[in-house]
Amino acid sequence: MFSDPDLLKFIFGRLTLGAIPLHEPIVVVTGIVVALGGLTLVGALTYFKLWGYLWREWFTSVDHKKVGIMYIILALVMLMRGFADAIMMRLQQAISSGGSEGFLNAHHYDQIFTAHGVIMIFFVAMPLVTGMMNFVVPLQIGARDVSFPFLNNFSFWMTAAGVILMNMSLFIGEFARTGWLAYPPLSGGDYSPGVGVDYYIWSLQVAGVGTLLSGINLIVTIVKMRAPGMTMMKMPIFCWTSLCTNILIVAAFPILTATLTLLSLDRYVGTHFFTNDLGGNPMMYINLIWIWGHPEVYILILPAFGIFSEIVATFCRKRLFGYNSMVYATVVITILSYLVWLHHFFTMGSGASVNSFFGITTMIISIPTGAKIFNWLFTMYKGRIKFDVPMLWTMGFMVTFIFGGMTGVLLAVPPADFVLHNSLFLIAHFHHVIIGGVVFGMFAGMTYWFPKAFGFKLDPFWGKMSFWFWIVGFHFAFIPLYFLGLMGVTRRLSQFEDTSMQIYFITAAFGAFLIFLGILSFIIQVAVSILRRDQLRDTTGDPWDGRTLEWSTSSPPPAYNFAFSPNIHELDSWNDMKKRAYERPVKGFRPIHMPKNTGTGVILSALSVVMCFGLIWYMWWMAALGAAAILIVSIAHTFNYDQDFYIPEEEVVRTEDKRTALLAKQVA
Amino acid sequence: MPSKLTALILLPLLSVLAGCNWVVMQPSGDIAVQQRDLIVVSTLLMLVIVLPVFLLILFFAWRYRATNEKAKYDADWHHSTRLEVVIWSAPLAIIIVLGSITWIATHKLDPYRPLDRIDAERPVSDDVKPLNVEVVALDWKWMFVYPDYGIATINEMAAPVDVPINFKITSSSIMNSFYVPALAGQIYAMPGMQTKLHAVINKEGVFDGFSANYSGDGFSHMRFKFHGVSNEGFEQWVAKVKASDVTLGRDEYRVLERPSEKEPVRYFSSVEPNLFDAVVNLCVDPSKMCMKDMMHIDMMGGGGTESAENIKKLEYDNRHAQGGEDAPGATYPATERPARGEADQGQEPKALTPGAGEPQDKIDGTSEHQGHSMDNMDMNGSGGHEGHGTQDSKTDPQTGDGEVTPQVDQNGPAPAQLNNNKN
Amino acid sequence: MSNSTAPSANTSEAVRFYIEEDEHAHASDGHDDGHDGGTALGFWIYLMSDCLIFAILFATYAVIGRNYAAGPSPADLFDLRLILVSTFMLLFSSITYGFSMLAMEKNNLKGTMVWLAATFLFGAAFLCLEFYEFYHLFHEGATPQRSGFLSAFFALVGTHGLHVAFGLIWMAVLMAQLKMRGLIGANKRRLMCLSMFWHFLDVIWIGVFSVVYLMGVIG
Repeated sequence: MFSDPDLLKFIFGRLTLGAIPLHEPIVVVTGIVVALGGLTLVGALTYFKLWGYLWREWFTSVDHKKVGIMYIILALVMLMRGFADAIMMRLQQAISSGGSEGFLNAHHYDQIFTAHGVIMIFFVAMPLVTGMMNFVVPLQIGARDVSFPFLNNFSFWMTAAGVILMNMSLFIGEFARTGWLAYPPLSGGDYSPGVGVDYYIWSLQVAGVGTLLSGINLIVTIVKMRAPGMTMMKMPIFCWTSLCTNILIVAAFPILTATLTLLSLDRYVGTHFFTNDLGGNPMMYINLIWIWGHPEVYILILPAFGIFSEIVATFCRKRLFGYNSMVYATVVITILSYLVWLHHFFTMGSGASVNSFFGITTMIISIPTGAKIFNWLFTMYKGRIKFDVPMLWTMGFMVTFIFGGMTGVLLAVPPADFVLHNSLFLIAHFHHVIIGGVVFGMFAGMTYWFPKAFGFKLDPFWGKMSFWFWIVGFHFAFIPLYFLGLMGVTRRLSQFEDTSMQIYFITAAFGAFLIFLGILSFIIQVAVSILRRDQLRDTTGDPWDGRTLEWSTSSPPPAYNFAFSPNIHELDSWNDMKKRAYERPVKGFRPIHMPKNTGTGVILSALSVVMCFGLIWYMWWMAALGAAAILIVSIAHTFNYDQDFYIPEEEVVRTEDKRTALLAKQVA
Repeated sequence: MPSKLTALILLPLLSVLAGCNWVVMQPSGDIAVQQRDLIVVSTLLMLVIVLPVFLLILFFAWRYRATNEKAKYDADWHHSTRLEVVIWSAPLAIIIVLGSITWIATHKLDPYRPLDRIDAERPVSDDVKPLNVEVVALDWKWMFVYPDYGIATINEMAAPVDVPINFKITSSSIMNSFYVPALAGQIYAMPGMQTKLHAVINKEGVFDGFSANYSGDGFSHMRFKFHGVSNEGFEQWVAKVKASDVTLGRDEYRVLERPSEKEPVRYFSSVEPNLFDAVVNLCVDPSKMCMKDMMHIDMMGGGGTESAENIKKLEYDNRHAQGGEDAPGATYPATERPARGEADQGQEPKALTPGAGEPQDKIDGTSEHQGHSMDNMDMNGSGGHEGHGTQDSKTDPQTGDGEVTPQVDQNGPAPAQLNNNKN
Repeated sequence: MSNSTAPSANTSEAVRFYIEEDEHAHASDGHDDGHDGGTALGFWIYLMSDCLIFAILFATYAVIGRNYAAGPSPADLFDLRLILVSTFMLLFSSITYGFSMLAMEKNNLKGTMVWLAATFLFGAAFLCLEFYEFYHLFHEGATPQRSGFLSAFFALVGTHGLHVAFGLIWMAVLMAQLKMRGLIGANKRRLMCLSMFWHFLDVIWIGVFSVVYLMGVIG
């Protein structure tokens, strides 16, 4: 019975034992390490009986703070994988010169650069940004949670489902070999018939659902849940950039969803959207994907701008210079980001007028961005600057980003782009702004808000180590790439004939090694900080002498964030409260209305993985069962009307009294 | 310290000014030279604002450090209308200048625009006949057709110095980008479409050319040599190509276009006329309908419901699978080849042996349909922003896809059999 | 949110830095997120994002909708009379949904349910007509694989149909929930969301009808 090939084909689709890459030593070793690590983790969790705790307190939690932290942990784990890909690429390019094939064949190398791009953008930068906004925004606006707490948990788990699918491709089958945007016709069914592009499509689709829902959630939170008195123009700047980011998410991710859906129709159904033949048009895909792709760049950078604005004001101990123009600049960037997508393919031959239009709109974006730089600059002016680790990252950002921005404007000049497009100059440019902007911003933000999240600061020594390794390593890794770009070296090459370029690649690999030390220092920093948590403890809730509301509550904040809703009078409201001798309320507490935890998000996300795995491997029964189960679980969820509860008064009193005692000890 | 780092950043710019041996910064063709100049000018222009800002960042960081008690501290200073005006208008001024330069340069260096000068000193004289070259990006090699000479080559091209070259560029299956850094900027090579490039080489020498858009496994080796030669040298090169005993017809092309890597240089002493046209129209296979004919039928209102036989004539992307060949990107599980591994570490160059007995009749159904401007349809496939190719057919370049707005003839759809298959 | 500030909560100045909320003021509302109007706004934003998906599908249709691949064109395929009937089915369903909402406003559970059922029937009729149309097209060989035009057509109309199908499932579920719990706050909110969704699909269909069918056959 089981030897019946038709039945086997029905059950397993196109999945056979050949899908497991046993002949690829790198993957096998990785697999063993991951399996051992996973087993150790599972064993430890079981031994210490932590499963119940994790499930109750984290996995099913709808608390925006915990969801935010889970996003960031997920992103950091994926940063390791994305960075491992980067190291492999750097090594390959450093050794594959003058006839040497290096240690990666084209087939493996092509998957690595695709995976690197996809992971870094979708599964590192996006969850970092979303996690940061999730954690900080409700605290900054004086809210107790986001507008739709269940959706928040569900969004996180959908992102996690995308991560799981993406990582499955490492051990079962293969990943896309198309570049991170999977241009057709190469990514079409006829030219890439394997499972790689299907893994790509479904992991992004699943994660995209999460991103979109979290975008909607945060917009509504910011619009509807601000504390009384906090008008839009009294919002912390990070909330403004978050608002614009989430507007961009809601206005951009549906485009990605639709475009990838059309691509999957081409692959699964045999339609002709992006094929060469029968009336398809591959160039339409390139337009559509970049109409999503360019706003995506600003989705990543705007929150980083917000973080830097908060940090600059705090560590210069001064109000942010030009709050209004900062807000306008953010809004202008948001709008303009939709008018520039064509600059990603000037070389398609769109004509001089079209190209100049998009080139000039691109340059116009540099005006509000420049204004932001000036605002940070003049915030420093007449300040009292403390160079704590978050401020170091901010300084590193400012000096790095202006040059990254400059090369970006250079690439916006179409005739210049004709010689630099797709070259390593371009690679250097976007790493310049993404590492110098987004990554530095996220590290700054993590260091800044870590005490708020966990109640103790991160160790400053290892933080400084991490910063210096990162910034020096970054320049070593990418300045040579600018040179190489000017030597006419194009991206995504796995082998080079010209040996004179090898020295540049070796320098770049050395830079990547320094960045590796930077990441290592960050890990050590977290470990050391946990060990030294008693010395680094923050008992005040306000370790940096902060200016915004999140610093008015305890570190870590109670589940309900604020026992009483804050009443806002000024910008930088916590600073205002401190200045006007605010006294913390110590009595009159009431029960607090909060949402209940739910496991539905986890279940739906697991079912999505099952469904997509079935779709990828043509196990139609599995896909159909998965889809049906998703529908049934979703419907069943709507029959549960019991989604909220009250934190009893006694518990609130107990929590607040503990803090009162702690603060009193502080004074004494 | 950050200052040391920025010295590192500034190095490339300084070396640009000093002049160095990087091909993009020291090209040999007039177009590329102008593009290089544009890079330098734009960079300098931006440095006017970037450098002072950079220095100010460092200065303020040092001056207003917390330990410097002497510096003025004003916790509430957060607004200055005068400064606001400056920080918005200074970048604006730079962008106005840069934007104007961009507008002018983009039009002047439009790859579709025929050259009006050989280099900075010499305009193109009227009696110089430009060299026509038709470029096809194959998986994974380059094919060059010289229609004026009736010859073709693989992975090598030559051009006489100071003679304008008119490129027509397309691709057989996957998007590539045609780029010779020493000569001029790149332009995409797209299947079913035609792009153009006008350039001139001013120095003799051998230059690198390659694909600058990732196109699959063999991409790394999709390179060729561009020979800039004297007029006599060019005649000799043409003679050398003509001395080859291999010719390029449709059958040879169909063998040639199968995926292969690291192809050696090949010469073809003669090439079938209109081959490039057939490649652009995806109808090198004589049993296929050309895209321009399909578009003509579509303009006339489609082929009607009784047109099922047209499907086979228009299927193109699956040609490798149908011929029992692997598609360029095929691995596990589409083929027996494993998901990863050494097995597909580059394929051996395939011998160029045209399939025997395949039909040789050539397609020239292009002139059968009167009443429509055929050059309106000859290259632009199916719309999208590649539509600049229609510049010579007076469509609006702003919309890009203006070419696919045919006047549908309501008097009745064109007959389904209106295609090039004469059998 | 209540504005009753805590007495003596603050210092010498009259400035109050926090507000003692009266949580019970809106407890009877029965909402699960604890914030008025958030759901409506959130759902509206979701609809706008959905609208963008349709915008992309319309744009796709605009770009490749005339690439018939030497195959059938709208004039060959579409039967405007059938489409007009199904259009009216959808328009009627919007009207009946409106009546359902009016009944809800009056706290008339039975009226709400009856009008909802009528909406369901009209919606189901629309879907059946669409199935019939697709069946007919497939029968003529006009499958999504035939040409760029048909790919774009099926993607656009099919996505709309899929939305209608989900709307019907939602409606059925909501009717069950109304039967179980009556017109409580949570159900009213869901009725309002479905109402927005349903009218939204109507608006999209007007676009489909004009751009795909009318302009295809006549224009």
